[in-house]
Amino acid sequence: MKIGVYVCECGTNISGTVDVADVAEYAKSLPNVAVSKYYKYMCSDPGQLLIKDDIKELGLTHVVVASCSPRMHEPTFRTVVEEAGMNAYCFEMANIREHCSWAHMHEKFKATEKAKDLVKMSVAKAALLEPLEKKQVPVTPAALVIGGGIAGIQTALEIAESGFKTYLVESTPSIGGRMAQLDKTFPTMDCSACILTPKMVDVARHPNIELLTYSEVTGIDGYIGNFTVTVKKKARYVDIEKCVGCGLCAEACRLKDRVDDEFNENLGKRSAIYVPFPQAVPLKYTIDPEKCIFLKTGKCGDSPPCVGACAADAINHQQEDEIIELDVGTIVVATGFDLYDPSQKPEYGYGKIKNVITGMEFERLVSASGPTEGHIEINGKEPEKVVFIQCVGSRDKEGNEYCSRVCCMYTAKHAHLVRDKIPGAEVIVYNTDVRAYGKGFEEFYVRVMDEGVKYLRRELDDQIEVVENGDKAIVKAEGHPDIEADLVVLATAIEQKKDIADISKVLKISRGADNFFLEIHPKLRPMDTATSGIFLGGCCQGPKDIPDTVAQASGAAAKATIPLAQGKIDLDPQTSFVIENNCAGCGLCVEACPYSAIELMDGKAEVNEALCRGCGLCSATCRSGAIQLKGLTDHQLISMIKSSLSEVF
Amino acid sequence: MIEMDDKSDFEPKIIGFLCNWCSYAGADLAGVSRFQYPANVRVIRVMCSSRIDPQFVLKALTEGADGVLIAGCHPGDCHYIEGNYRTRRRIAALDKILEKYGLSDRVFLEWVSASEGKRFAEVVTDITNKLKELGPNPHKARWEI
Ligand code: FES
Repeated sequence: MKIGVYVCECGTNISGTVDVADVAEYAKSLPNVAVSKYYKYMCSDPGQLLIKDDIKELGLTHVVVASCSPRMHEPTFRTVVEEAGMNAYCFEMANIREHCSWAHMHEKFKATEKAKDLVKMSVAKAALLEPLEKKQVPVTPAALVIGGGIAGIQTALEIAESGFKTYLVESTPSIGGRMAQLDKTFPTMDCSACILTPKMVDVARHPNIELLTYSEVTGIDGYIGNFTVTVKKKARYVDIEKCVGCGLCAEACRLKDRVDDEFNENLGKRSAIYVPFPQAVPLKYTIDPEKCIFLKTGKCGDSPPCVGACAADAINHQQEDEIIELDVGTIVVATGFDLYDPSQKPEYGYGKIKNVITGMEFERLVSASGPTEGHIEINGKEPEKVVFIQCVGSRDKEGNEYCSRVCCMYTAKHAHLVRDKIPGAEVIVYNTDVRAYGKGFEEFYVRVMDEGVKYLRRELDDQIEVVENGDKAIVKAEGHPDIEADLVVLATAIEQKKDIADISKVLKISRGADNFFLEIHPKLRPMDTATSGIFLGGCCQGPKDIPDTVAQASGAAAKATIPLAQGKIDLDPQTSFVIENNCAGCGLCVEACPYSAIELMDGKAEVNEALCRGCGLCSATCRSGAIQLKGLTDHQLISMIKSSLSEVF
Repeated sequence: MIEMDDKSDFEPKIIGFLCNWCSYAGADLAGVSRFQYPANVRVIRVMCSSRIDPQFVLKALTEGADGVLIAGCHPGDCHYIEGNYRTRRRIAALDKILEKYGLSDRVFLEWVSASEGKRFAEVVTDITNKLKELGPNPHKARWEI
């Protein structure tokens, strides 16, 4: 056995704290170490060459690299040793950067001692590593996209365009998402629906896309290349094969104009049988089971008028939820966002004072397809003075610490729209910093100010209060004179979906401190989750405007397409295996395995390597040490423990 | 250059088992964010906290570790569905044995997510301080015989 040890300086990232020469020298004294060197950047071409040459010339059997986190470069170095003819799994890494030099910057001696220990432990483990063989499995050439907003639409279209079957699952009756609710988009003032609806139609028409609206993903099994997804198609109580979208049922509904219309932020009313908005895709009606009198009470007059009105005989109050299973190779999560509820901060008066609305409500008010057909009016009157308040629920130490990134610009857009539609109106924006960072943003902001919109600055912690005064609202902002306004619009924060706990339970992907889904690397892998084969698109990963959402969605689509295009993937060979002689056939591991990867065959446990994910739970469960995890055996782990504690080796 | 480390003080040696998906990533983040913490933990990376056999903890203590840290994803967040619930039960059972030998307060089970770099640094600082106060593993010398 010949082990090579390579210590990285990482510029000065490691060598600035850890004495790398000392560590490399020390490593020479460790058992089985044939060569030990240090170099400026082990991951660079010359660094890699150094390792390769040594493997070939000295006939190294194992390699230890002491550098950054294995989460960063383990795959790189595995490939390096493999290219030089060594087995990729006889490689081990010691993390002396993230876990050492960066964490103990003022303790050079202790950091160096720790680095030596970490190298010693890795050498001890490496000596016990055995070659493993990679296995390949075929990839199901299909993808699943969860969420039908602009992110999901973009992703689905691009994967489908690459020639792969794509399932797009959306929980509401129509795709379109938040973007469908918007009137105009900043800073270009394109009409949101005009640019979105053609894409929605493309989705519906695409031969490779299967659209599943009013459906929810309830379970995911398997692994990259071979996921099995369970989807609940909620009962619509309308046969979508028969429904032609004429709307006669909604006209006939006994609750016509009596049910709060969530698409219009509850500013308008709809029937109990409805399409969320006129351009909905698919244009198929859905009965709201919470509201429909017949579904709730079992009767609706003599017979439900919707049934009588439907010439296509599409309505079926007996319809039930349907559970289906989909086989896919990769998954893109594009579940979008919710908006902060400003009634959590009573000082804004939202929910109590009629004149106070949210930005999204304003959006529906100003939209030609909204409840007022685009007339900005409050309590039936056109406002003369409008105050916008920014950062409601964002940049808040007690709440969402982050900046929601879109509020500055959508407020500028709203201010512009007020001036555009009500030329004489006075418009004031209370801001706490204007962040106009994007393409064309600063220009747009300047333009809006030039149009006569008054920007007043507050500090984040300054008090602000809105109080009712007859049919007006008075905005009292610290350091500014009170303003009596007809309309107050709150720029509310973008937040993670309210039902995120359920979603993440199904998906098993982690969330960050801000509650958004966590990418595996914030800079280099912004669309990857910790579960390979599951990617993130759009606002579920963090607040974004439309261009950024579309860009990330395209990226996620590309990522999700790669394994599909390759057609097969390497399985991690670090799975469990059974030492038959030691196995008593007790079956504890069979019960414990979360993936049902272990079976009892003729009284002995047997592992299905394609199903095993390598967690090692079985190994810790086994009473006789008969089931072990390749690359992390009891023997290997104990040798690391022992070596870290022994004064000698 | 003057070395500021005070080598005369007792420096506990701690073995840290961290799961790859949350706690190891959290420790990485602590480094990337340059959160400073004492250099007393020797980390062993496992894929899931459920890989940790109680015998590893005992082994570490009998080999002379002053403390053992086991860190995994927060309950409900385990990358392998519910491995960490098993870990929690196992360590609770192990604790009964440890209590007998007065070692219970040397074993720490913590949940650290991939975004909790700060917390990882705090956890390590905290347990290092606790162990400093407790002093060396009393069984160390005995077992050495
Ligand atoms: S993967 Fe972190 S505890 Fe299971």
